[in-house]
Amino acid sequence: MKLITAIVRPERLNDVLEALFRAQVTGLTLSRVQGHGGETEAVTTYRGVTVKMELVEKVRLEIGVSDPFVDVAIRAILSAARTGEVGDGKIFVVPLERVVRIRTGETDVDAVTPVAPAAAPA
Amino acid sequence: MAVNPLPFAAAPSHPADLAWMLVATALVLLMTPGLAFFYGGLVRAKNVLNTMMMSLAAVAGGGLAWALAGYSLAFAPGGFVGGLDHLLLAGVGLETRGTIPHLLFFAFQGTFAVITVALVSGALVERLRFGPWLAFTALWTLAVYAPVCHWVWGGGWLARLGALDFAGGTVVHVNAGAAALAAALVLGPRRDRGRQALLPHSVPLVLLGTGLLWFGWFGFNAGSALAADGKAVLAFTATLLAPMATLAVWMALDALRGGRVTAVGAATAIVVGLVAVTPAAGFVSPRGALALGALAALPSYFGLLARARTRLDDSLDVVAAHGLGGVTGALLTGVLASAAWGGTPGLLEGHPDQLLRQAAAVGATLAWSLAGTWLVLRAIAWFAPLRAADRLQSRGLDVELHGEEAYGSGEGAILVLPDPEERASAPALAPLGTATGA
Repeated sequence: MKLITAIVRPERLNDVLEALFRAQVTGLTLSRVQGHGGETEAVTTYRGVTVKMELVEKVRLEIGVSDPFVDVAIRAILSAARTGEVGDGKIFVVPLERVVRIRTGETDVDAVTPVAPAAAPA
Repeated sequence: MAVNPLPFAAAPSHPADLAWMLVATALVLLMTPGLAFFYGGLVRAKNVLNTMMMSLAAVAGGGLAWALAGYSLAFAPGGFVGGLDHLLLAGVGLETRGTIPHLLFFAFQGTFAVITVALVSGALVERLRFGPWLAFTALWTLAVYAPVCHWVWGGGWLARLGALDFAGGTVVHVNAGAAALAAALVLGPRRDRGRQALLPHSVPLVLLGTGLLWFGWFGFNAGSALAADGKAVLAFTATLLAPMATLAVWMALDALRGGRVTAVGAATAIVVGLVAVTPAAGFVSPRGALALGALAALPSYFGLLARARTRLDDSLDVVAAHGLGGVTGALLTGVLASAAWGGTPGLLEGHPDQLLRQAAAVGATLAWSLAGTWLVLRAIAWFAPLRAADRLQSRGLDVELHGEEAYGSGEGAILVLPDPEERASAPALAPLGTATGA
């Protein structure tokens, strides 16, 4: 099992989610974050005060997957999140020691396997 | 404006009329920032400033064009359009026109020109570049709005035909609705249209805008009596009653269709009711205004639903709200006009010819506005691209076109200081406590 953390552009989020769901990767957590990855800063001006926005809005996806799904998920994210410009984000993959599904107490691979494949979220 | 251009008189202005028209003019101007809130709430957060700026900038683009030339094309004596007698405000002074100073009549009309072109922006948001919009506000006001204004209120052919338009059902709303249709077709849909849900980012802003619009609309309709008289009271009351009925019918339709009454729906209903009663305000009885408001809900409600299933990206439904609402109101004015209340009998009082006159005014305005708007936008596109590039649309027009964010947290904002050379050449500040002046 691996934990995939992907930082992507907010404007690509819809495409990324669609690609992940198509690839049967349906369990994930999403948070709005700010960060900096070397992209050109947006310059904004308010009543003569000019500022560079060093931190850019990004979206962080956290996805726990079983080993066969690691490359599937990465391919899906790459295909949907890439624009080719600096600031497209990163994907981090780290090993997972243990996963527990709270509802059932299932652990590890059982816990990261969707209840019913491609079940509609909520 | 119910009455054709009144003769200039040496008589002094009527003080009550003058006072009311000063207030009414300010009320109508408030509708433009009100519209900015209404439209701003309906778009995504990354485009709210651009959307609101489209309405605000119409004050400069449309308003200046109106002051410099549009007023003359609409209200100077002329033929198909007005003449050039009042170009650059020539001959617009404190002399009395009707019972108010000519200058006040000009100012009141100017606020109408501004809101009309601002209404069109609802079909163009989230993708039109800002420069072309500025050009559009000026050119459209001169080429499309001023001629229609002349036909209906400036003593032109629709006025002579006897078409009724109390406060701008055809001049403002049918005109803006048709322009929105043509403009949405020329510009094409937003990049994300059909690919993802494009939802309102702040419904409270929409409701705030609705309140400001309704408040301002009392000046719009009751001010169109151009006097503090019974006609103004009739129009004022119609402006209160019609949206009530529209709102009630709309909420019932919402409840019947989906089981729930929506806030965006309620806001839309109020605007539709106001639009529909605009041409009728001084011509129908109070009961007529209620009937008109109730009936007006139907075409716009189902028009909205139908539009959402087409490829037409009239983003904020200007066609359904102002176009369909305006056409419905203009035609029902011909049906419900009451000789006892407004001086002209309609279909229900045995004069079906009034309905035909209304239909002629609607048809002429639709045709002129569709063709004129198409030409104006094609002409602007000849000089500059109209659409913001996909990359700009996806990052948001606020940051990309205006260099501002509506809801930025301020985190990570680094002050951009003047470059070092500039700082070195700037006079050094005296240490605290040593400055003695002189």
